[in-house]
Amino acid sequence: MSKVIFARSVAGGGGFSLPPCDVAEIEPAAEINREFLRAEAPLLPELSEVEVVRHYVELSQRAYGVDNGFYPLGSCTMKYNPKINEWAARLPGFAFLHPYQVEESVQGALELLYRAEKLCCEIGGMDRFTLQPAAGAHGELTGLMIIKAYHRHRQDLARSKILVPDSAHGTNPATAHVLGFEVVEVKSNEEGLVDLQDLKACMSSEVAALMLTNPNTLGLFEKEIEEIAAVVHAGGGLLYYDGANLNGIVGVARPGDMGFDVLHFNLHKTFATPHGGGGPGSGPVGVKEFLSDFLPRPLVEKKEEGYCLDYDRPLSIGKVRSFYGNFGVIVKAYAYMMALGGPGLREACELAVLNANYLRHHLQEDYHIAFKRLCKHEFVASGQKQLAENGVSTLDIAKRLMDYGFHPPTVYFPLIVKEALMIEPVETESRERLDEFIAALREIAREARENPDILHQAPHSTVIKRVDEVRAARQPILRWPG
Amino acid sequence: MKIPADLYYSPSHEWVRVEGDQAWIGISDYAQHELGDIVFVEMPEPDDELEAGGQLGVIESVKAASTIYSPVGGTVVAINEELEDAPQLINEDPYANYIVVVAMNNPGDVDSLLSAAAYEELCQKEQGGE
Repeated sequence: MSKVIFARSVAGGGGFSLPPCDVAEIEPAAEINREFLRAEAPLLPELSEVEVVRHYVELSQRAYGVDNGFYPLGSCTMKYNPKINEWAARLPGFAFLHPYQVEESVQGALELLYRAEKLCCEIGGMDRFTLQPAAGAHGELTGLMIIKAYHRHRQDLARSKILVPDSAHGTNPATAHVLGFEVVEVKSNEEGLVDLQDLKACMSSEVAALMLTNPNTLGLFEKEIEEIAAVVHAGGGLLYYDGANLNGIVGVARPGDMGFDVLHFNLHKTFATPHGGGGPGSGPVGVKEFLSDFLPRPLVEKKEEGYCLDYDRPLSIGKVRSFYGNFGVIVKAYAYMMALGGPGLREACELAVLNANYLRHHLQEDYHIAFKRLCKHEFVASGQKQLAENGVSTLDIAKRLMDYGFHPPTVYFPLIVKEALMIEPVETESRERLDEFIAALREIAREARENPDILHQAPHSTVIKRVDEVRAARQPILRWPG
Repeated sequence: MKIPADLYYSPSHEWVRVEGDQAWIGISDYAQHELGDIVFVEMPEPDDELEAGGQLGVIESVKAASTIYSPVGGTVVAINEELEDAPQLINEDPYANYIVVVAMNNPGDVDSLLSAAAYEELCQKEQGGE
């Protein structure tokens, strides 16, 4: 491994020169309280410009993203990010706006936000959206704040619990916990779906909402969703839709039609904007009409004289993000929606589902598949057969996939499947690429039978070999010791 | 897999050792094995009130973060402070390394828990299924 940037530093090696100072120099101690002054100069590395450039180029070459290859990370929807979206976001009329410009001078940006909201409403089956939240978990937080404000406004103060299925994304219970709710886990039934009997048992006048992903983290569609919604609504609770898995239904089915009251989308997943190091994300939150007064302010409204920001929303939970949210991301997602159109989004979804089922079918001979039936955009395979027969764990399989040039899938999640390998191929992969991935996983299954040691020690071809995850978690070193 | 005969067990894989009206609580050998290397244990504070079946804490391994449920209701009288710096003690010996001691409000809570034999049956069933 080459040196980190601190170790490359050479005293006096800095590659900049400042012009002579043309104002009087100040003695810091004379102007600033001594307790705020540092005694020594910070240990910033001293390197010339070309050395800094080489450092970052080297790092970039070690990274692995969708533009490098297949990235089947389950529930993360690592689809290709069309480059025309970057063009759209970099149009000078968008890129060079100042967030404090007066409304009259940003009409184009406001119109885009207005139209993006309308598209989100159409896709989600909702009535209004806020585009402020900066990513998915932030959207969850915003959504639950709206639900809390709604119950409080009705003087229904006893609703202190949030129901979350045992297959849920970890952000669901975390969000509920942050807002002071008690988390109650709803069990899955033998089909991997919400157990209606358990849901009924958990439902009470203390429940504020059920948070649900549909399709769920097993890639299975909650086919009893209308009955689930009826149970929660009959008990006075609301339904929150976690949009992480929207790619499994987008353009085909709408959460609003299933009975969901609040939802978030991940523009950086379903709507193809970069994420996973290339972000930032964007997590718009949509609501049904009866909740729209509680949305963060401002919302963009269209009036005769043009578009404006409406702050006059007395029941609003307030701002959840400065300015317009992650505006550039919204521009990219809007470009994606407009490029595909309704039929295009539907086709993308159908291909995502087809790809997932294609992989599931061709891997079932070598790997245990948790629920062997038609899935949506992802499915859960498992290394439990390899663990029992060859002493090879899912972690070993995931590490070995890197030697074959693939990003590993999500592992050990969802928690309800042992040795889980959660695979989401997305629609932008070709059949040839999927076949290469199938061949690699089958080859790894053969290696597990014949030469398990090669898996225990994988990866062999990466710059950094097997990382000691236990030591990294127990004794993390978070700063350069210099 | 060790399942000492003199302990009570919960279906969510905690064990309970009763001494008078105090309950010593930890997680089972099966649970530590399923979790893998444990890297952090979040415990309640002494004097915290716990509900039977309510959350006691969180245990983090390299694989996952899992809730620990309290098999009995009562007041926390002690926590195992050693786990703050050495969470791996639970992997090394899950029965010697308790997580909390609770003064039970209702010693009858343990009557609804599982015996060692019943717990062993449950683990075998879980191991066979998903």
